[in-house]
Amino acid sequence: MVDYIPNLEKKEEMLREIGLKRIEELFADIPKKVAIDKLNLPSGKSEMCVKNELKKILGKNRTSDDVACFIGAGMYNHYIPSTVKAITGRAEFYTSYTPYQPETSQGMLQALFEYQSMIAELTGMDVANASMYDGSTALAEAVLLAVRHTGKKNVVIPHALHWEKKSVLLNYTKRYGLNIKEISYNANDGKINLRQLKEMVDEETACVYVENPNFFGVLDDNIVDVREIAKNALFVIGVNPLSLAILHSPREYGADIVVGEGQALGNPMSFGGPTLGIFACKEEFVRKMPGRLIGLTKDSSGRRAFCMVLQTREQHIRREKATSNICSNEALCAVATAVYMSTLGRDGLEEVARINMWKAKKLSEEINKINGFKAPLFDGPHFNEFVVKLPIEPTTLNKKLLNEGIQGGYPLKKDFLELGNSMLFAVTEKCTDEDANKLITALKKMGVGK
Amino acid sequence: MSAPSGDTGKNAATLDYHQARYNIPLIFELHSGKKKALFFDGKYEPCIIPEKLARTKPLELPQLSELDVIRHYTKLSQMNYGVDTGFYPLGSCTMKYNPKICEEIASLPQTENVHPYQDEKTIQGSLQIMYELQKALCEIGGVDVVSLQPSAGAHGEFTGMLIVNAYHENNGENRKEIILPDTAHGTNPASAAMAGFDIIEIPSNNGQVDIEALKSALSKNTAALMLTNPNTLGIFEEKIIEIAELVHQKGALLYYDGANLNGMMGKARPGDLGFDIVHFNLHKTFATPHGGGGPGAGPVGVKSKLEKFLPIPSVEFKNGEYYLEYNHPHSIGKVKSFYGNFGVLVKAYVYLKLMGGDGLKEASEIAVLNSNYMKEKLKIYYDVPFDGLRKHEFVLSGTKLKEKGIRTLDVAKRLLDYGFHAPTIYFPHLVDEALMIEPTETESKEEMDRFIDALIKIQNEDPSIVKSAPHNTSVERVDEIGAAKEQILTWRMLKEKINRTEQP
Repeated sequence: MVDYIPNLEKKEEMLREIGLKRIEELFADIPKKVAIDKLNLPSGKSEMCVKNELKKILGKNRTSDDVACFIGAGMYNHYIPSTVKAITGRAEFYTSYTPYQPETSQGMLQALFEYQSMIAELTGMDVANASMYDGSTALAEAVLLAVRHTGKKNVVIPHALHWEKKSVLLNYTKRYGLNIKEISYNANDGKINLRQLKEMVDEETACVYVENPNFFGVLDDNIVDVREIAKNALFVIGVNPLSLAILHSPREYGADIVVGEGQALGNPMSFGGPTLGIFACKEEFVRKMPGRLIGLTKDSSGRRAFCMVLQTREQHIRREKATSNICSNEALCAVATAVYMSTLGRDGLEEVARINMWKAKKLSEEINKINGFKAPLFDGPHFNEFVVKLPIEPTTLNKKLLNEGIQGGYPLKKDFLELGNSMLFAVTEKCTDEDANKLITALKKMGVGK
Repeated sequence: MSAPSGDTGKNAATLDYHQARYNIPLIFELHSGKKKALFFDGKYEPCIIPEKLARTKPLELPQLSELDVIRHYTKLSQMNYGVDTGFYPLGSCTMKYNPKICEEIASLPQTENVHPYQDEKTIQGSLQIMYELQKALCEIGGVDVVSLQPSAGAHGEFTGMLIVNAYHENNGENRKEIILPDTAHGTNPASAAMAGFDIIEIPSNNGQVDIEALKSALSKNTAALMLTNPNTLGIFEEKIIEIAELVHQKGALLYYDGANLNGMMGKARPGDLGFDIVHFNLHKTFATPHGGGGPGAGPVGVKSKLEKFLPIPSVEFKNGEYYLEYNHPHSIGKVKSFYGNFGVLVKAYVYLKLMGGDGLKEASEIAVLNSNYMKEKLKIYYDVPFDGLRKHEFVLSGTKLKEKGIRTLDVAKRLLDYGFHAPTIYFPHLVDEALMIEPTETESKEEMDRFIDALIKIQNEDPSIVKSAPHNTSVERVDEIGAAKEQILTWRMLKEKINRTEQP
């Protein structure tokens, strides 16, 4: 066992100093009936042994470096510049707690303030918090804010929504017994059905939630009309933050709250987490926001300083009346995103967004040429994902692709029965021409008549 | 009051700590000096973006050289205090040492570059780690099944409350009350309220749950009692078995807040004490770093009668293969996307391998020894409410210093000057001027002696120095009230303020 416990050797001396003889005396308050004297777990091992064991276990994984990866559906295989880990790997950052003592935590506070500023810039909103757990809990908290703010119980969400997000939303809002209605998408272009939205919004609507790009990767310009249709309801939008480098900020078409999954901005996939929940909104909702907020102020000598603000919204002060129960969040992922955006800069961010869009477009065109495939299934521009109609079962296709060293897309049939044999493909800047050619070659083998 | 002077020997507290003090502009204020970056294969052609959506307003983001970015954030890190900088006795936060090997394993491409929806054949390593971590947590917590999905302690509590709700609903009951002692962490009432429950707070009696108060609070409306044990005073609830019986007699469930598990491993298991639902804070007890506020991980374990309500998917093992099982019709569904903070889970898994069952027991023993050692040494100088043993943490009261005009906040700030992080302050609320101290097992006796010495010295220092502390940190005392008034939350808001003041 590795020694992380320096006082093991001083046990007797310390016990003596406090008038005790045996360590067991310190646990005399545990009822005998339930006291145990050991855990039924293997003994501790050396660092070298553990490292070897872990390499062996993790060696059973195949990574996106080993297989060409075309899967997304909310988590994306992006390139992360080396600067990110160089900074998040600094122990002064990663071994610190929530900055409760601002005087000794200025570094983390300023980094988070910069993160908030960058997200505010990207989304066009006035304020952003210092992070939520992930995109789905950020969405759920946004709906909660809207319900609290308006006192109303009708909520409109898109039918084209990842089932996992919907499930999280239902869990978070269960207490309110909301009336959640789903707005359909147009069969031809995948955009939200505006006529239906008009029918759904009424005086009792708390908020309208839409996504852009939507779950199918479609760039949905119908969203610019949502503000007017939503009337007094809050307009909540879910974004892929990377796309905002080349798209209007949601503020410009009237969004009240912007949420999203920030993993794309400098955080690894790590088998699904940790991720980064983005939450930004107009200033008028700031006192109703969930999560940590960092503000700028001065110290007693007049120097610029940062600290957590509006803590009276939070659980450790307000207890059951808090805006949310969130305490630990994803601060280090937010720092990663700040470093990522700083490293790429405005131009770099725009470049990576454009590369994503271009590569996805090119690949969908190539797939569309293959007999039996249709890509993209929906008309119009997409961001970095698109739906492909397949001539065979998606799961069968994926098994075949895997034999060729390719991780195929996300099968849609289970959640969108109407789409039948179809699959959501994602393409990022990491997709090489070789990867794309490999996929095309493999798909050709599986085309109709083969 | 003339308290004996502190240590002057090798374990004396000194004021030679000085945190970096730079004037670092916001990254937006640095001069732009970037040429074209070459991070990606730059070959692309412009795509058509729908006219109504195409960005027209250029983003105001930094345009800096890589070195400028690195220097900026490196300097910021130097103005931050972590466990690797020094002693961090923040009560209920278990700021123990984070072994470096855990970081290394979590950074391997086999950990990081894996998509959660990959074919199961290609994620056997990740699934094995999750499966075995679940099993180990079951053993430590004395529960039957664990879900690793929740992202943090409060998220685990919320998940637990959804399970409580599902359980009673499944029994055809509509129980709407959660009972909490007044020593509960703030997340407990907030999590229960988010899940739709009403909160009934009961007082403590001599630092433990008041049994009579509990009896009168319990009813057919009680859904669960949420309890932290050892509680936030660091005191083990000695009547826990009776408490569990009372709760169960009323058909309610008993929920365990795992924030304070570090004083109990290998000594008692929450499940054996009668708890039905347990959450674990991997970023506390299991040594994963806290990252300045996260990411953490808050797995939830339950007794078998509650298994069917756990979030989906479960991680299973059959015929030599690990797989994800979604077919659980009674499940509450999801509390976040995917399966949990895997990058954090893997660190806790490595930690468990290193420590083993024997090491975890030793960790708890020494964590408790350290806490009692510090309490005994300090009780001559500070009030210690409630007699008896403590587990992993203890609470002092700073009321004695009030006559000098010194408040607990001032003591906390002055500790920063001595190169320590402050304890948790003003919590739990039932202790006046509370200082909640949790040394953990990874701190040496010498370091604790220095901290004790600092607390003694502060009592005898010129009150004006203490009240104006800190002096050795990156900035001096921060005006938190001013921050709340002005609300400058972004660079854009700061610019607007500067423009306003510059206008004639």
